[in-house]
Amino acid sequence: MAGIIGYGAYIPRNRIRTDEIAQQWGREPASIRAGLLLEEKSVPGLDEDTITISVAAARDALARADVDPSRVGALYIGSESHPYAVKPSGTVVAEALGVGPEYHTADFEFACKAGTEAMFVALGLVESGRVEYALGIGADTSQGAPGDALEYSASAGGAAFLFGRENPVADVLDAVSYTSDTADFWRREGEYYPRHGGRFTGEPAYFKHVLGAARLILERTGIPPADFRHAVFHMPNGKFPLSVGAQLGFRRDQLETGWVVPTMGNTYSGSSPTGLAAILDEASPDDLILITSFGSGAGSDAFVLRATERLPEVRDRAPTVRAMLDGSRRYLSYGEYAKYREKIRMNS
Amino acid sequence: MRDVAIVGAGMTRFGELWDASLRDLFVEAALAGLGSAGADRVDSIYVGNMAAGQFVGQEHLGPLMADHLGMHGVPAVRIESACASGGAALRMGFLDIASGQSDLVLVAGVEKMTDGADVTNVLATASDQETEVYHGITFPGLYAMIARLRMERGTTTEEDLHWIAVKNHRHGAMNPKAQFRREISVDDVARSTMVAEPLRMLHCSPVSDGAAAVLLAPLDQARRYTDRPVRIAGSGMATSTIALADRPDPADLDVVRLSAERAYAMAGMSPERVQLAEVHDCFTVAEVCCLEALHLANGSEASQAARTGYSALGGRVPVNTSGGLKSKGHPVGATGVAQVIELFDQLRGEAGERQVPDAHVGLAQNMGGSGASSVVHILERV
Amino acid sequence: MPSPRYTRDIPARYRLDAARCSACGHVALPRRTICSGCRSQDMEPVRLTRRGTVVTSTVIHVPPDEFTTEAPYAMAIIETPEGARLMAQVVDCQAEEVVPGMELSLEFRRIRREGHGGILCYGHKGVPVRRHEA
Ligand SMILES: [Zn+2]
Repeated sequence: MAGIIGYGAYIPRNRIRTDEIAQQWGREPASIRAGLLLEEKSVPGLDEDTITISVAAARDALARADVDPSRVGALYIGSESHPYAVKPSGTVVAEALGVGPEYHTADFEFACKAGTEAMFVALGLVESGRVEYALGIGADTSQGAPGDALEYSASAGGAAFLFGRENPVADVLDAVSYTSDTADFWRREGEYYPRHGGRFTGEPAYFKHVLGAARLILERTGIPPADFRHAVFHMPNGKFPLSVGAQLGFRRDQLETGWVVPTMGNTYSGSSPTGLAAILDEASPDDLILITSFGSGAGSDAFVLRATERLPEVRDRAPTVRAMLDGSRRYLSYGEYAKYREKIRMNS
Repeated sequence: MRDVAIVGAGMTRFGELWDASLRDLFVEAALAGLGSAGADRVDSIYVGNMAAGQFVGQEHLGPLMADHLGMHGVPAVRIESACASGGAALRMGFLDIASGQSDLVLVAGVEKMTDGADVTNVLATASDQETEVYHGITFPGLYAMIARLRMERGTTTEEDLHWIAVKNHRHGAMNPKAQFRREISVDDVARSTMVAEPLRMLHCSPVSDGAAAVLLAPLDQARRYTDRPVRIAGSGMATSTIALADRPDPADLDVVRLSAERAYAMAGMSPERVQLAEVHDCFTVAEVCCLEALHLANGSEASQAARTGYSALGGRVPVNTSGGLKSKGHPVGATGVAQVIELFDQLRGEAGERQVPDAHVGLAQNMGGSGASSVVHILERV
Repeated sequence: MPSPRYTRDIPARYRLDAARCSACGHVALPRRTICSGCRSQDMEPVRLTRRGTVVTSTVIHVPPDEFTTEAPYAMAIIETPEGARLMAQVVDCQAEEVVPGMELSLEFRRIRREGHGGILCYGHKGVPVRRHEA
């Protein structure tokens, strides 16, 4: 059986508070915080992008797995903020890790689902025996248009998972995907900020696909929600994942560990994968874990995992998600944030 | 080897010379130098220049300058060693005469820095492009790292550095060729804009245009051109690692010591003989490092030399009586030649208000990069 | 930066691939053919630990044009446990905090980019080692 043999996450150290953004646009901070359940979000440094976040997360995944990088046969990065429109992020990341040159790589894009897409393909290649080890990474430096509701959530970070057949920290019991063509959120080629269909992104998009994938995998594995120790659902804001968890019959305490969105924001392709990394930071051997992503356009991937005895042994080889969320942070003013996110027009 | 003398000199004013081009500057200085010696033609030309290719898009300065002097046909070549290009060109001219190959050589340094290039970026190319510039270091940044290390060790204080700028401006105020002919106070320095911590704007030499030229001849033919030739008693050059990080002690300018020891050895002189010096104060901290490395002062004496007056006019070894790079200006390729012109004037008793009484021996030290190359010349009145 | 020149230096910049002199132990980053310590040509590959100590530092307030947005930024000469020394920016802290003796980890970051449409250039920067990561 294939499984996750190493994992790592990275969250930039800059933050901006929900209140700071709300005040910038003359909105009432308390009502925004209550409506979205967001306190603050991560902001990438001027020198951070999907590539640097992927390298940081993947280095920790390799360290936890204690695997020679040259044995990694495939590396996939899911993101909607690949720094190049043409030229793979994966080649830079592989070189930095010491992977290659005998490896397969691709950059994936499927809105916020691209990270689990990379994991899904990496897992499949390992299960098939095509490669010995494969990395699946989800990372983003998300953009939300100034003044748009997305600006409160769009953040930066990511997680990397190394799949293999021996010494897993978590076995993968099953993986499914649930997809339909739904134009709820998009960004045309050459456009800087994404656009979305407002409330159309909710019921017919997020909830339909997350519920579809989650119900499918629960049915296939025959495991009832009550038997899971942890579940994480894509986190476009604080409310949606709690609501979809409740609809599926999960208790709040099962959702708590992976629900990192209130202080991280929505790291798009990195969102549910970073939630999973936070769960692996805490889970005990034999804990059952459900992860369900969502990507606009639209679809969801779901995985059921079971933690192994090895998990607690490797955990301390890299920083935890909680340590990065609660550790040293730097709070930006909206002006600094606008500079960091290149929202100011400069001479170049 | 023949004895070599400087028999003529000429230079432009240093500063932001908006009306003058690279070639205008060169021609003005060269004509003044030739005129001072009553010479019309030379056997060869050495052009000291750091970065005309980047500053004004012009390479191949040897023939360009020979052409503009109406001397096409004469061997002419551009010599480059970053900010030590002028000193390096002088050394090539010295060797040319000493070897017997030429009997009259024109050495001219020139730089045109204000035509719109990103000066910080151009100057940074004198350090290691791949391991230093790539990461965003600047030239003030490299010297700032040297200064911080000295301050960390307690050998030099920020105020010591302020005093060097004050002293050099006091000297430069008396030099009609200087870019900044005004005195400044310790407070002015301490309050000036931060450039690279701990170095502020008034610790840094300015961006300048200018050219300087000297004529060299064998000492035994010198009286054809002047009744007061100045002999080049010693010439020494040395190199060190290009990157500051690769030096065993980044605060030690070993290159200066090595080049000085070679010049002292050739001249057969000890440092005690030196009565005045022009040293490469591209940043104030460099003057402290150089005084030590040239054996003109030791440890704390070197750090406090400007404050105590040891290195001021009237002191034990007046340093940078011209105002130095700080006040006189620093058109990089011209600097090494201009330093020698200050000594030429001093040793001939023509330095006016800045005159060091009864000066017989002077030393000029010209540095490239963060201390990757250094040229020292020792001059003697004959 | 032209991409051939950039591509050539990837081993040193992405993986800190250096060379250690078998004769005198001197470590050079990037790799060299000849040891600058003793001129031996017996240089063996070594990958540097992504950690180091500040030897000396500064804060750049007047940067080259490409680094305008980042200024003021700290830079340091950093010595790794192998004894290699490298020049790098130090980020994710107050620039004034970066002083000799400070312990750093080396993280993969974007160093520069060539205008709006040119290549992106990566490498390592120092980040202060903080308690929860130590
Ligand atoms: Zn050696």
